[in-house]
Amino acid sequence: MSSPFSINGGACVAMVGKDCVAIACDLRLGLQALTVSNNFPKIFQYGDHVFLGLTGLATDVTTVSDLFRYKVNMYRLREERHIAPRTFANLVSSSLYERRFGPWFVSPVVAGLEPKTGKPFICGFDSIGCIDFAKDFIVSGTATDQLFGMCESLWEPNLGPDELFETISQALLNAVDRDALSGWGAHVYIIEKDKVTKRLLKGRQD
Amino acid sequence: MPSRCVRVAAACWSSNNADERPTCWKLKHNTRKLAIVPTNLLHNNNNRRTQLPTQPQPKCMEVLLGITGKDFTLIAASKAAMRGPTILKATDDKTRQLNDHTLLAFSGEPGDTVQFAEYIQANSQLYSMRNETELSPSALAHFVRGELASSLRSRNPYSVNLLLGGVDPITNKPSLYWLDYLASLAKVPYAAHGYAQYYCLSLLDKHHHPNITLDEGMKLLRLCSDELKRRLPIDFKGLVVKAVTKDGIETKPFDEDEKVVKDT
Repeated sequence: MSSPFSINGGACVAMVGKDCVAIACDLRLGLQALTVSNNFPKIFQYGDHVFLGLTGLATDVTTVSDLFRYKVNMYRLREERHIAPRTFANLVSSSLYERRFGPWFVSPVVAGLEPKTGKPFICGFDSIGCIDFAKDFIVSGTATDQLFGMCESLWEPNLGPDELFETISQALLNAVDRDALSGWGAHVYIIEKDKVTKRLLKGRQD
Repeated sequence: MPSRCVRVAAACWSSNNADERPTCWKLKHNTRKLAIVPTNLLHNNNNRRTQLPTQPQPKCMEVLLGITGKDFTLIAASKAAMRGPTILKATDDKTRQLNDHTLLAFSGEPGDTVQFAEYIQANSQLYSMRNETELSPSALAHFVRGELASSLRSRNPYSVNLLLGGVDPITNKPSLYWLDYLASLAKVPYAAHGYAQYYCLSLLDKHHHPNITLDEGMKLLRLCSDELKRRLPIDFKGLVVKAVTKDGIETKPFDEDEKVVKDT
């Protein structure tokens, strides 16, 4: 049996722009080489400006996203405010490390804007919660190698929201086209201070 | 870093033979007694998972099919109850009715399947009695997923593949949920489990349309059933077909005495 991280397939990427961030994922759910569904989004929202992308084993993607919905709801009731992306990242990290010896088979990506300063924030994790802070971009999923290549060549500092959308979309679509386990369209979120834009991309359907 | 080992070895050696000190500081293999801990007491070493709890993948020869249409969901399941190469029963029903408008079809490890499906059935009926209202197919699908997901990380997980089809009692929208033994949940327009996936999904990709009528749905099932009979190496004894509509669940007559399609 192959690794739990690559049974279902999927890819996710987050990028920093000028006063904005973007996060995007593909839509495939597969069983090894067989595609079961082409509408399985991997990005979840946990506040006005807090987004989580989860790739890996599909069952854990659902379980972990539900778990964080519960934890973030409890946080919001207790604190009477929305969770900040940096706080959320630490919540993700500690929640994943709780399962140190029987981990959730997911590679999360957090993207958001700091509530006070409006500064972009992105980070990634391994499956046991080691945080990887980044100033530029974070990639995860079965198309990681391809995404690294695309992001290294396309990304540049201080991209505006529209340029950032173009960059992240091109990076994701061209990466997943070289990966058999991900693709089938994409969701792209562009997060700005006063608006969040969600776009559905139609990719190659093969 | 030899010094530490040598010193330990020497200490053990000298305690055994106090009068005779070694002239050469050489580590002897049998000088130090090893504390051997029984492996079952070793903390966690067996539980460190780099993989999921490996369990036999549920049986693939059983056929489960599901199709949604304009106002209905069709569920079909093979009638053969198999044990190894033997067919024990040719009139098996691999479905359970959860409530008036939701049907669960299952395949996988014998024993697990019926046990799990009837557990879900009982809980769904309990909910209906307590609240005098019925759970929607979506709510039930998420409940089933929750149960299966918590079972997956337990000592002995259920290895069951499921299809859950229903019609929402309020919106009258048909829906179909695909769940595998890892508790991956997907809402799909049409689905299959086991080897049937490889034969039927491509057929359904080509011929399915969200607005098909019940008759067209039955024709699609016939198409799938013919292909399975033509290509699967064993006889799965035909299909039980059930249609879920807003009026309830109905068993549909399906090729009772039709011969196996021989010609390719």
